[in-house]
Amino acid sequence: MSTPKSHRFDTLSLHAGARPDPATGARATPIHQSASFVFPDSDHAAALFNMERAGHVYSRISNPTCAVLEERVAALEGGVGAIATASGQAALHLAIVTLMGAGGHIVASRALYGGSHNLLDYTLPRFGIATTFVDPRDLDAWRAAIRPETRLLFGETLGNPGLDVLDVARVAALAHDHGLPLLVDSTFTTPWLLRPFEHGADLVFHSATKFLSGHGVVIGGVLVDSGAFDWDGAKARGKFPTLTEPYHGFHDMVFAEESTTAAFLLRARREGIRDFGACMAPATAWQILQGIETLPVRMQRHVENARKVVAFLAGHAMVASIAYPELASHPDHALAQRLLPRGCGAVFSFDLQGTREQGRRFIESLRLFSHLANVGDAKSLVIHPASTTHFRMSAPDLARAGIGEGTIRLSIGLEDAEDLIEDLSRGLYNAGKA
Amino acid sequence: MRLAVCGIDAYAYTGTRAFDEALPTVVFVHGAGHDHSVWALQSRYLAHHGRNVLAVDLPGHGRSAGEPLTSVEALADWIAALVVAAGAREAALVGHSMGALAALECAARSGDLVRRVALLGPAVPMPVSEVLLDAARRNDHAAIDMIVGWSHAPHALLGGHPVPGLWMPGGARRLLERSRPGALAVDLAACNAYAGGIDAARRVACPALVVTGQRDLMAPPKSAQALIDTLPDKRVVSLPNCGHAMTVEAPDRVLDALAAFL
Repeated sequence: MSTPKSHRFDTLSLHAGARPDPATGARATPIHQSASFVFPDSDHAAALFNMERAGHVYSRISNPTCAVLEERVAALEGGVGAIATASGQAALHLAIVTLMGAGGHIVASRALYGGSHNLLDYTLPRFGIATTFVDPRDLDAWRAAIRPETRLLFGETLGNPGLDVLDVARVAALAHDHGLPLLVDSTFTTPWLLRPFEHGADLVFHSATKFLSGHGVVIGGVLVDSGAFDWDGAKARGKFPTLTEPYHGFHDMVFAEESTTAAFLLRARREGIRDFGACMAPATAWQILQGIETLPVRMQRHVENARKVVAFLAGHAMVASIAYPELASHPDHALAQRLLPRGCGAVFSFDLQGTREQGRRFIESLRLFSHLANVGDAKSLVIHPASTTHFRMSAPDLARAGIGEGTIRLSIGLEDAEDLIEDLSRGLYNAGKA
Repeated sequence: MRLAVCGIDAYAYTGTRAFDEALPTVVFVHGAGHDHSVWALQSRYLAHHGRNVLAVDLPGHGRSAGEPLTSVEALADWIAALVVAAGAREAALVGHSMGALAALECAARSGDLVRRVALLGPAVPMPVSEVLLDAARRNDHAAIDMIVGWSHAPHALLGGHPVPGLWMPGGARRLLERSRPGALAVDLAACNAYAGGIDAARRVACPALVVTGQRDLMAPPKSAQALIDTLPDKRVVSLPNCGHAMTVEAPDRVLDALAAFL
């Protein structure tokens, strides 16, 4: 008997979770555009509701097309399963509310997407969940911020917008020393660049709107569970009653006893998706699946183009600084070389020399780069974070997050890099004349 | 449910139901390096359909204390002790892989306690390759990779988990990774050393069910044929397009076979 081989990343990108449709032979995953699914008989119906048999009941809770996406992302991340959500924000919310309620506390990197920062800093405190923000590079700050009521550590693999590289292994080890899981937002890296579970992270989520779908046509999120965290382990004992104590909302089910490796996902689906309802539509899942089929080749091209654009900007007189970890000037350069050998993604920021008016002139002079609030599109994008994605943050918070008045964020697409450079060159020239 | 078996704390999943002396009892016994959760769907269904269910974590596995038992005979005696400790007069046994060998031996040794026995993915004998044994002894992850690769039908290695959103190879890998260091090696050695399977089959007085997966590489159907030929009162269910991880790959078909038999 020969030693079996696991399927490799590029193969899983195309096949994981899917097989030809047994009813029709359709090779592509069908869009199961159905709210509900017929029960063969009354006993089967009751068994489905009571988690005695596997299957689909109602598309808010699960759907066959969404399930293919969930398996595929779980396979690419090396997890035990996933839940597709209405957006990346919904995935973050689902992770948090599955682990804690009022009185809970999170320690989070302060270099976060503005929407995540807003949820943690302004919205969740209204529901009794507090967050302490820390410099992601300062392990002592992470440690000092942990309280008895802390239930989660959270950061982005590449912080937004300064591309602070999260030292996943060290932060995960610190979390585990305190009986806590580490959740990471892996949107900027995708599993092609980094598989956080291999470095100790416990939960990963993506805004699938970005590189996973890759074409800027859908809003969606995916929350993945490594299945490795021991919710009932000695250090974690008593911290996660949602997983280790009877849940009256499901006949006193104890999720950690029901499933050794997927307790978190069970609770998230049986409570969070069921009750909060931020599920993904099957057509959205199908579009994201189309994107993931080409994720490896797209990410390679995204990174190649980003490197060329960074090299151009680094030599331009109008550019004051570039935050890209492949540059020796980036504070996380050494860590990035170790953690991200395939590259540091295709989203980065740079600071323009000059006034806010010159920044405006730069953006408005661009012809190929689209001025909009998104990243990870096949088409190149540009935005001014201080006035858009991060506009709710105070000036000191902006400064702490590395965002200045002249900071410009680019998302490098799949166009010919020379055309992108010509476009940026024109923009910089016009900015210089303003 | 927690109970003391041979003086050592043991855990058995009951489907969140209290033990009822008036109901028939079914004991589920997992395979090498596993725990009760491989029976999640089958055990929960039966627990909510008129049975006491005891899906055990064997000693040194999952939530049970103690050291892993080193022989199939010792596992068989432990199962009998568990049935007594739970307060059941008799029980049906359902075992998978190593658990099938333990259930078979228990049915032969403790005929007064065992009402029926279901053997899933059995091989008699159950030789384990030296490469796998050696990797397991060294707690080398290659042992887990081999088991995951050989335990699933080829299509299952690309997913298609019946439970929405779960990734089958990932779940199998993580469950084995969570077993205590050395437990997998002890289990595999016990399977490899067990030589009494055919003799035990001759002595099984109760009805027996054998369930095989037609794509099972760990315990190919032909490796169960001598067992099937020897069991005095048996029925056989062969699952098409199913590998060794049948409780996860084909949970409904396994459940249907068990429900009809038990």
